[in-house]
Amino acid sequence: MAKNAWPPADKTVLMGKRIARLDGPAKSTGRAKYAYDMNRPGMLYARLLSSPHAAAKVTAINLDEAKKVPGVVGAWAEIATAEPDNEVRYAGEIIASVAATSEEAAREALTKIQVQYQVLPHLVDDTDATKSDGREQGEDKPDAAAVDAAISGAEVKVSGKYGLACITHACHESHGQVCEFGADGNLYVWPSTQNVSAYAGGLKDASGLAVNQIFVDCQYMGGGFGSKFDSGRWGAISVRISKETGKPVKLMLERDQELLIGGNRPSAYADVTVGATKDGTISVWSSNAWGSGGMGGAGRLGVPYVFTKIPNVRTLSKGVRTNRRGAVAWRAPGHPQACLITMAAIADLAAELKMDELEFFLKNVALTDRPEVYTEELKIAADMIGYKDKAHLRSNPTPGTLKRGLGIGIHTWGGIGNDSQTEVVINPDGAVSVSIGTQDLGVGTRTAVAIVAAETLGLPLDKVQANIGKNSYPPSGASGGSTTIGGVSASTRDASTIALNALLEKVAPVLGVTVDELEARDGKIQVAATPSKSLPWAKACSLLGQMPISGRGENKRGKGVSDGTILDDQGVGGVQIADVSVDVETGQVFINEFVAVQDCGRIVDLLTAESQVYGALIMGVTYALYEECIYDNITGRMLNADLEFYRLATLADVGKLKVHMMTGPGYDTRGVIGLGEPPVIAPGAAISNAVANAIGVRVPTLPLTPEKVLAALEQGGKLA
Amino acid sequence: MPMDDAGKTRSGLSRRGFLKTVSAGAAATGLVRETTDTPVASAQEKAIVGPGPVPIKLDINGEAKSLSVEPRVTLLDALRNQLDITGAKKVCDRGTCGACTVLLDGKAIYACSMLAIEAQGHKITTIEGLGSPEKMSDVQSAFVKNDAQQCGFCTPGFVVACTAFVKQHPNASLDDVRDGLGGNLCRCGTYAGITEAVLQVVKGGA
Repeated sequence: MAKNAWPPADKTVLMGKRIARLDGPAKSTGRAKYAYDMNRPGMLYARLLSSPHAAAKVTAINLDEAKKVPGVVGAWAEIATAEPDNEVRYAGEIIASVAATSEEAAREALTKIQVQYQVLPHLVDDTDATKSDGREQGEDKPDAAAVDAAISGAEVKVSGKYGLACITHACHESHGQVCEFGADGNLYVWPSTQNVSAYAGGLKDASGLAVNQIFVDCQYMGGGFGSKFDSGRWGAISVRISKETGKPVKLMLERDQELLIGGNRPSAYADVTVGATKDGTISVWSSNAWGSGGMGGAGRLGVPYVFTKIPNVRTLSKGVRTNRRGAVAWRAPGHPQACLITMAAIADLAAELKMDELEFFLKNVALTDRPEVYTEELKIAADMIGYKDKAHLRSNPTPGTLKRGLGIGIHTWGGIGNDSQTEVVINPDGAVSVSIGTQDLGVGTRTAVAIVAAETLGLPLDKVQANIGKNSYPPSGASGGSTTIGGVSASTRDASTIALNALLEKVAPVLGVTVDELEARDGKIQVAATPSKSLPWAKACSLLGQMPISGRGENKRGKGVSDGTILDDQGVGGVQIADVSVDVETGQVFINEFVAVQDCGRIVDLLTAESQVYGALIMGVTYALYEECIYDNITGRMLNADLEFYRLATLADVGKLKVHMMTGPGYDTRGVIGLGEPPVIAPGAAISNAVANAIGVRVPTLPLTPEKVLAALEQGGKLA
Repeated sequence: MPMDDAGKTRSGLSRRGFLKTVSAGAAATGLVRETTDTPVASAQEKAIVGPGPVPIKLDINGEAKSLSVEPRVTLLDALRNQLDITGAKKVCDRGTCGACTVLLDGKAIYACSMLAIEAQGHKITTIEGLGSPEKMSDVQSAFVKNDAQQCGFCTPGFVVACTAFVKQHPNASLDDVRDGLGGNLCRCGTYAGITEAVLQVVKGGA
């Protein structure tokens, strides 16, 4: 009888191996159809008009000229023109919509809409908390006397300001959907979402339908990173237009709107004082932090990060409300910010002590929750990058105008498996289908589901059909917080085991053994003790007669699968070290090498797991060096709402990347743990520390632009 | 400029004559585009078209496609919206990210930055023309093998750009790859896999 517990890592056929993603050929040949690619007969193109003002009241909207544009089917105001619901709170806020028979006509119509605004004062600058004009919120003031005493008693201390700018998700496929009311009265939706099973709920009101009449299909989606959980206002607007016009509607955000309103990762800034004993043990942390993602401010900054056992800690944290669209979850919400601010302050303390950064991190690893993991990972990462040969103290820079330096960042994340259900059907002809209402954001979820089912059933990967991306499949949680892989692996293992055991019941009497003696392996059902006694898979399945059998598996967050077996886990650590060169004449930063060592428990597919980490390093280089939503204080507008000036790293910018996944006892003996968030947390910290090590001064905030590097050099008196 | 029925402006200059003047001025200042032999640029010899829909013929993946487009329609939108050839993606829509890359007579171009009517008379190859899931090209196979893709939205543009690149640089080094493929952007961060894939193809290892 098959059991749910994972087989030992050295006994698997598929799990943990490097397996190319199943939908790779569809993606590489352009056959994969995304929401943006769906074309339906008679489909209308809808577009949205955004406010150019950061704060205003709309007093009139005239749609007459827009409606006259040939091809335009309708134009609608999407905001009131009278109190109290006529307030615009950020540039990009949706003002009106149009629908037309062509994309060109829809765009032209937007230019014909006349809107009268009563412009109001705004605040878009989030870098100076004192300018927040009473908009701050969520301050927390714990008792401070002990911390003050610890600071004044610290043998060594440093104070500094650190921070990172607000950035946006910049999904390549913008937010949006195609929707169509069928002749059956149901609504069919093709969204770009990371939340297939629950997506329909957001369209209930606009459609006037019950959720079971809304059919969601998302086979492929072009990037979410935390910003695509709900259907958004654009989703509801497109359904309403479709209902009103009786036509299918495609509504995808334009590129500038995607950057303006698709999502914000909040900024974070902090004044930090951190102290240590002379021998380099951190003894006190005090910080006053603020940040903003927009109208909602920002969540509490979780510092000191990773080094949570520092004895004397005071943290003040507030969110500043600015006239930008609100914060939206961005891979590992709050963590990259907390990581940068903590690791930068700690590295500055090491520099003040004239201690090697690696030595300092190792010395203080006892102040973390996972000292053994970090110690092992720090040593591996140091070996990978050749730390011993390259390292130098900050006070002892490399000669010449191209300065080289190393920097370290360490991180943590939970990643417990989400609530998830899977159904596995074994057909009399041997065909297997695995159905689950999850989604593949590009991380390889579809492939992972197939791997777990095939491993459990002892079949080659191509004998298993993985069905995902529809809300008609068993419900599976949203892909957020690195919770997907643990959830879908567990529920799929459970469902496969239940279905397999039903098959074994049929096979046992034929082979003259009990169910407990059987196993599925190498495309056969065989007696475990005497594998020569077996039935090929197809033959075994033919015993089912006419009816397929099925198994429904379920993972409950934190509670395991249907028989209580725990197949997932949570809590991982990772270490990253960057090797950079900085041109002190131009201020330009170059990544030479960047290594990541990552723990994620039991690995399902080593190839796609590594891809996640490589991708996170690259995204990390991008936000460390280039990314920033640049707002103009005078007009309140975002100046770089495009992909030309909202700069992303190119292939030439990322240097040599190396990834090491932790495996072996203590790692792959754990359950499956998510990997979407953890490796994207530390890059900013590692790169900022490397730049400080290279040039001898701290560049206080990300992105580390040439301008800021030169300013830091000038202020630190280190200009060559 | 107001025009009468005979195509003469009220100032007496014919529409065709006006374009000739503009064209001569452009040539004198060196502003002649590479595609001056396309129908719209040589308009002084042919009928003026638009702003309404115009019948055009495009050679796409070896097939002649007849369609009717307004002159303002980009090649990318014609492919995606009229012909349902959706491999080339719309991302930045202004020649920055390369997600819409197609081959024009074998050369990689941004389909968002060319009008459909300009593309007449050229051989256009889209990602769909390079291979199929059943029969992938070397570059496509190398992308799959090296997991040079995550969400996959930038992938078609990258595959097309890499296809043109390896043809142009059959002995490309790592530095050549870094220099030559900076015209495409990926948000998920697949550059490590893409670099490996391209190097494998030039080494004949895909």
